[in-house]
Amino acid sequence: MDINLNDLLRQYHANPYEEHEMCAPHTGTVKFRVEEGQETRGPSGQWLHKPGTLLFILERENNPKRITASCNGEVAGVRHELEGRFVEAGTRLLTIRHRLSKNEVIDRILTRVLTVFPAPQRARYYLIPEIAAQMEKKAEPSVSLKPGSDAVIMSLMKRDTILKYEGKPGIIYKVYFKSGDLVEQDAPLLGICPPENIQYVQKVIDRIKNEWEE
Amino acid sequence: MDTEYRHIADSGQFLAQLANRISYLIDVTGDSRWFGLDMLLEEVTFIRSAIFELPERELFRKMNLLDERISILEDRAAKELTPVRMVNIVRSIQRFTLQDILENVYDSYTELGGEEDCNIDPAVVVARATISRRVKKRIYKHQVMVIGHEKGMGEEYRNGGCAKPWGNDKALRYMKVAETEGIPVHFFIFTPGSYPIEDFPGAAQQIARNIYAMSKLKVPMVSFISEGGSGGAEAIGLADIRLMASHGYYSVISPEGAAAIEGRIREGQKVPRELVERCAEQLRMTAQDNLKLGTIDRIVEEPPLGARKDDYDFFRRLRFEMIKATDEVVLGTKSFRAFRAYVLKKQVSRRKEPSDSFDVHISWNLSESEIQRLIERRSKKYRAMGQGYIELKKESLINLARLREKTRETLSRTYYEIKYGLLKPQKKSVQKVLEEVTGEGAAFLSKITEPVKAAVDFLAGPQDETRALIDDSQQMSIFTREWEQYVSPLANEDRTVTCPNAAKYGCMDLWVPDLYGEFCGVCPTCGHHFPLEYQWYLQNLFDAGSVREFNQHIISGNPLKFQGLDARLNRDIQRTGRRSGIITFKAKVMDIKIVVAMPYSNFRSGTFGSAEGEKFIRACDLARTRRRPFIAYIHTTGGIRIQEGTLGVIQMPRCTMAVREYVDSGGLYIVVYDNNSYAGPVASFLGCSPYQVGIRSSRIGFAGPRVIRETTGQDVPPDYHSAKNALRRGHIQGIWDRRDFRKNLHDALMTMGGPNLYYK
Repeated sequence: MDINLNDLLRQYHANPYEEHEMCAPHTGTVKFRVEEGQETRGPSGQWLHKPGTLLFILERENNPKRITASCNGEVAGVRHELEGRFVEAGTRLLTIRHRLSKNEVIDRILTRVLTVFPAPQRARYYLIPEIAAQMEKKAEPSVSLKPGSDAVIMSLMKRDTILKYEGKPGIIYKVYFKSGDLVEQDAPLLGICPPENIQYVQKVIDRIKNEWEE
Repeated sequence: MDTEYRHIADSGQFLAQLANRISYLIDVTGDSRWFGLDMLLEEVTFIRSAIFELPERELFRKMNLLDERISILEDRAAKELTPVRMVNIVRSIQRFTLQDILENVYDSYTELGGEEDCNIDPAVVVARATISRRVKKRIYKHQVMVIGHEKGMGEEYRNGGCAKPWGNDKALRYMKVAETEGIPVHFFIFTPGSYPIEDFPGAAQQIARNIYAMSKLKVPMVSFISEGGSGGAEAIGLADIRLMASHGYYSVISPEGAAAIEGRIREGQKVPRELVERCAEQLRMTAQDNLKLGTIDRIVEEPPLGARKDDYDFFRRLRFEMIKATDEVVLGTKSFRAFRAYVLKKQVSRRKEPSDSFDVHISWNLSESEIQRLIERRSKKYRAMGQGYIELKKESLINLARLREKTRETLSRTYYEIKYGLLKPQKKSVQKVLEEVTGEGAAFLSKITEPVKAAVDFLAGPQDETRALIDDSQQMSIFTREWEQYVSPLANEDRTVTCPNAAKYGCMDLWVPDLYGEFCGVCPTCGHHFPLEYQWYLQNLFDAGSVREFNQHIISGNPLKFQGLDARLNRDIQRTGRRSGIITFKAKVMDIKIVVAMPYSNFRSGTFGSAEGEKFIRACDLARTRRRPFIAYIHTTGGIRIQEGTLGVIQMPRCTMAVREYVDSGGLYIVVYDNNSYAGPVASFLGCSPYQVGIRSSRIGFAGPRVIRETTGQDVPPDYHSAKNALRRGHIQGIWDRRDFRKNLHDALMTMGGPNLYYK
């Protein structure tokens, strides 16, 4: 395996944050509305219709624009020296340090180790019935895919097309959709793991589940 | 031993009754500590648990004492019945429900369209029932259709009597069955309001359909209101006689809802009790208040603290009142020339005390001419309702302008009656004959028919000017030329604004003079429509100089003397220079003469009160007399003006009645929604239109998101009320761009109106 998962995990443990730089979307005068270290909340509500914490106001041509936090986290690196001054588009104004959750760490690790089979088009997708039946029987990932084997059925305008797997041979570790779901283009459908790495990946994930503090 | 056992068993029952009476008092007062009610209840509970341990004499002494104390408290509560307590009575679990009425007022019944929870909407119960009367020694049975709300006896699935849109649809279906069968309909209203969801057929649109159908339903209808919550009540409330329970309430909004609006209470915060009480009093929601306002016809007396499930005397009275009211409706349709009918009417109206036996039997079947009279009387009744509360602008005794207007109005009415009432049918029949003849031998007969046709045309006066057609190139150029003449005052600012869809579509910031000038308030990237003032439409939609406003002398008032409303009205008058929330005017669109009613946002958010309703009705009538298409352009309406209480609510049936008469006489009625259109008007005279369209970015619905959240406990997506979703649900028939409004309106008039525009 090319990536040392333990090292990766150690890195995440040492710095469990992801930094989101908040830059000026356009030119204007900036007025900060948050302090260093302040907690922020990202958009909330069932449809993410409630805006997040107000970070700063950027005013251009008498149009004060409220810029809100895009994720939960903590405010860092506020450039107070720019308070009340005119800034160019793209100027970094502050950073939100977002603490990664257990699932986010697992997702990030999986995207590094799995071969992702993406959706070629926005359509409804179904697992090949044989694969679905095999997966139902066994709880552990054990269904293998070889290049050229049938993987999923893409259903578009009542027409079904069988998609063949073209990546490295491996075992289906994760199915990212439910049969019949409408999946956007390029969204992951399947995550395939080389058989020799399965146990190792599983062990790391179990460790994250048990040890990661949120 | 046997005797003692029976005594104790009776005592158990008696104690259970005492406990119920205390619980009821707690329900009514809304305060478990009112004169120590909680202690009393504890005492009763203790005696119930120790019934076999207490000596018999002691037990009876305690019970008598409790009975006396509870009776004193009941008398006291009955004397201090405030409007809020009336609301509490109506909401008490011990109050009678429709099920009790079906069992005790009617002889037998069969529930239709489902039973209990196996039902399309358990909140609406429909039953085919029989009700009988004794005349001397004979029993006469009447068939009726009973439609009402069932609050249920603690049955959660009934939703407390809040009818869902499909429940109201069920009610309408069976109203039509009753019409087919020619049997009267008895409505029983027990609803705090309709369930405010937009799913097809839609809360507002379905209520509108119901009211529209009821305005001309060909059978006698009697309604009885126990809990009349606004639009939900109106969905089955437009009856020939409206009875009301003496301890019921009939209101435009629940007192809590009114208090939340009045006190600007934030969502999730508790509404202060004093504010709720004050609002309940000011809304004039009790039976006595409604009788005074003329929104109901009669009160059915209940026991001092309201009728409960076992008040059989009340059910007897209700049965008597329902029969008597139906008799009255039926007799009202009989010709006055018939002496017998006159005597019967006298007899029926004289009877006050309930009795099982009646002096005469009156058949509830109506002939064709009687049905006609029934509908005419209904129309007259609703048109007259609340008329006394309409405020007119104070004018000097000799007002020449007004006098001139009145004279012109009378003259033009006579002119149009002659033109369309007398000449047009003649002209049409001659034309029809000519068309038939010319169709068969056009070439052969043209020499003979042409002079006759010319003579007919000459007699009937000039061609209907509304027929004038304009070619396409003109349609486009007129709009482009005219909107440049008026620039919204919003454009006079040097700043930019951000389109609300900027994050989604990457819209650039818009410079305000461009946005409100050249772009007509429309985002050039995504097409989002920013709100524009009503004057923009007056200037750009209609032909230059063609707008002629009328009925400006009808002004919004404060008929219920609602605290704080006068100041708010004055503020709006100062701000807008207008005296009501609606503008009614005659205008032309590309030379087609139309009548327009336009509620607008700046005056009490375009809410409808008595004045606005009256202006709408008069506009509708004017369009009918002059045979003009009638356009309701809704710049904004926030619903019924709650500060006018039920005088506001009755604008729903009143205006729908006028609309129905206009449409039935052949009128073309088009509703165009812009900005925000909610609640009562959409649920009646707007929602009933066969042609409804929305302007882009407008919102159309029954209740706003907050009310939906509070009522249903579920959040709604931010675009829940958008025009796009309204179109998807089938509530509107199209979405127009503001920039094409004029052209689209002209097209609609030409296509939906047909060659005569006024299609009969």
